[in-house]
Amino acid sequence: MTGQLVIDPKRCVACRTCELMCSFGHHDYFNPRLACVSVFNYEYAAVTVPVMCLQCDEASCAAVCPTGALSRNADGVVVHEDAKCIVCKMCVSACPLGNIAYSPITKNVFKCDLCGGEPKCALFCPTGAITFVESDEVLAKKRAVADNFKKTLEEA
Amino acid sequence: MAVGNAWIGTVLRVDLTTGTWGTEPLRMKDANDFVGARGLGTKYFCDECDPNVEPLSVENKLIYMTGPLTGTAATSAGRFEVVAKAPLTGTIGAANSGGHFGPELKFAGYDGIIFEGGADHPVYLYINDDRIELRDATHLWGKDVHKTTDMLIEECGNVRVSCIGPTGERGCLFSAIMNEKNRAAGRGGLGAVMGVKNLKAVVVRGTGPVKVARPEGFLRELTKARAIIQAHPVTGTGMAAYGTQILMNILNEVGALPLCNGRGGSIFDHADEISGEKLSETYLVKNQGCFGCSIACGRVTRIPDDSPYAGFGEGPEYEAGWSFGADCQVDDLAAVCKANFICNEYGMDPITLGATIACAMELSEMGAIPESDIGFPLRFGDSDAVVRLTKMCAEGEGFGKLLELGSYRMAEHYGHAELSMSVKKQEMPAYDARAIQGIALEYATSNRGGCHVRGYMIAPEVLGLPIKTDPLVTEGKGSLLKTFQDLTALCDSVGICLFTTFGMGLPEIAGQYREAVGSDESDEDILLKGERIWNLEKRFNMAAGVEKDTLPPRLLREALPSGPAKGKVAELQTMLADYYEVRGWTSEGEPTDEKLEQLSLG
Repeated sequence: MTGQLVIDPKRCVACRTCELMCSFGHHDYFNPRLACVSVFNYEYAAVTVPVMCLQCDEASCAAVCPTGALSRNADGVVVHEDAKCIVCKMCVSACPLGNIAYSPITKNVFKCDLCGGEPKCALFCPTGAITFVESDEVLAKKRAVADNFKKTLEEA
Repeated sequence: MAVGNAWIGTVLRVDLTTGTWGTEPLRMKDANDFVGARGLGTKYFCDECDPNVEPLSVENKLIYMTGPLTGTAATSAGRFEVVAKAPLTGTIGAANSGGHFGPELKFAGYDGIIFEGGADHPVYLYINDDRIELRDATHLWGKDVHKTTDMLIEECGNVRVSCIGPTGERGCLFSAIMNEKNRAAGRGGLGAVMGVKNLKAVVVRGTGPVKVARPEGFLRELTKARAIIQAHPVTGTGMAAYGTQILMNILNEVGALPLCNGRGGSIFDHADEISGEKLSETYLVKNQGCFGCSIACGRVTRIPDDSPYAGFGEGPEYEAGWSFGADCQVDDLAAVCKANFICNEYGMDPITLGATIACAMELSEMGAIPESDIGFPLRFGDSDAVVRLTKMCAEGEGFGKLLELGSYRMAEHYGHAELSMSVKKQEMPAYDARAIQGIALEYATSNRGGCHVRGYMIAPEVLGLPIKTDPLVTEGKGSLLKTFQDLTALCDSVGICLFTTFGMGLPEIAGQYREAVGSDESDEDILLKGERIWNLEKRFNMAAGVEKDTLPPRLLREALPSGPAKGKVAELQTMLADYYEVRGWTSEGEPTDEKLEQLSLG
């Protein structure tokens, strides 16, 4: 895989630009309900966490899919093919992280496809709370994120 | 311009007297001519409401209106406007708010809501896409904004809430309409209009899209504008790091911080104690952004439990930091935060309240208010008294009953209306008009009374944006202000935050607007809509019999005693004449028939 999304909740200001740009990137219109990234705001803890698909190496969604609509492409991204999908929603149940969803609006399941290698959520995040990094950069980032979680938990 | 391009094309009209509602098509010609939000809301209001309507009667209408960019990823496009005749001023009342409520309304399928009449018992409006209900709100009446919001989310699920607190229910003349707890359609007392209608709250959940006419072009324009905002030292760095409170030390240094109700000097030795820099070191928990905003000037703050001012909420931003702080000579940041928390919780405008307390302090020190009326000795510098009076006003208790009328009516009650630091009965905010001539002209001519966000002349006069002007000079301020007022009207009306204009200007606003609505108008054509909106507001105020453009006598006659602007008064008359001329108005400040004709307002 060429790169991956990394989150830093401490930097997130809850503006939801990521949700907006994700929906715009996939549909040409704005609808946060159709975004593959979701921002969760915990008011009293004053913590905001963006969450999206992490392209698991052992992807439960793809493993459970009965029609092969979910598969890993050459870039290592787990992609969803509408044409093969029977909208059984097994993948929604199977994802241990809740990162693949069904939309009653489009009557379809949807998930992050890393926008073909230029994820809009990271591109437009104004604070660096979501970044798209080369896979070999991730370990350093990961430690920084872990540090932040540790600090956050200590403060909570 | 067509339905579906940035506009939803639907307005919800609710008759609270009969408890009925219906949808109607958005008037697209008006949407084109008056842009949206502030302009379009005002147009609907002016067409439907008698300018002489009593603001605190059910005949006054209340309009929520979004802009064409609201709900999109344009720069800071989470804004909406609430319009009614303002109880505090009797002017057109248009109050702008951010957060996520406005976009959610569009996602639910409505550009705006028009409330007519009044209910015979407390109600709230529930909107879940096309499901609409007027629900009983008896159990919410009397509850503060935070409690009401929590209860409604508990009751209705994942919704955005716009509501009033007890002050709005009681008719406090500067009660605000609050959304998502701490965002405010703050000025002019529109909360009281909601209160008189027995409308406690509007809750909304929406799952639909907001589309734009030319997605590719829109992406290009918003990308460009966002890059400018993020690279700019004010919008990308200063305000992001310290919030609007970054202004405290800056304004103090130029000697433009109004002190002691305008009676004091111009330099506050303790300004740093209540500054944004200090807030970051002390009570700031995190920065918070409104919908789609890269600036994120919002401050989540917490005062620890062991403080007498313990609390959790948002702010203060600069104006509240000044009103409860410098203007009252208070340098205890915890007390300032606490007073601001109470304003958010009870739904009050902190500019008017802080300035009213400062006015009471002056009247008390000169013996014009008997101590027995207040209940305790009141002097400048008493942080406890500021918090105590804020609570008394919030609860309508004792002297709080006079405070909730605002400084003009309170000072008038004690025979000193001239000591109210207000224009058209609305308090001026945190910039001394004697030290910054451009803001003197702005205060005097603002269509909603004393206000800084109707043409923010601090940008050129102090911050040098987009060009640096000399704040002590009057020449050229009339035409500069006209441009700022028109551009601000445009900015408020497209649905983006005024703060973006620290970093960007007309080309970025017009660029995003054009691609969203599918227009090929020039920048100048689009700016002309701002001028049209300004004249529409002015015409309403004239029909409503609003008093002439002036300033409190103190600012016109009492020279500043110290600081860089020592010896200066507000030189209003010369600037007014210039201003009326560039506006194409009569020397009395009235739009001519010719001007109205030119703007298609004839």
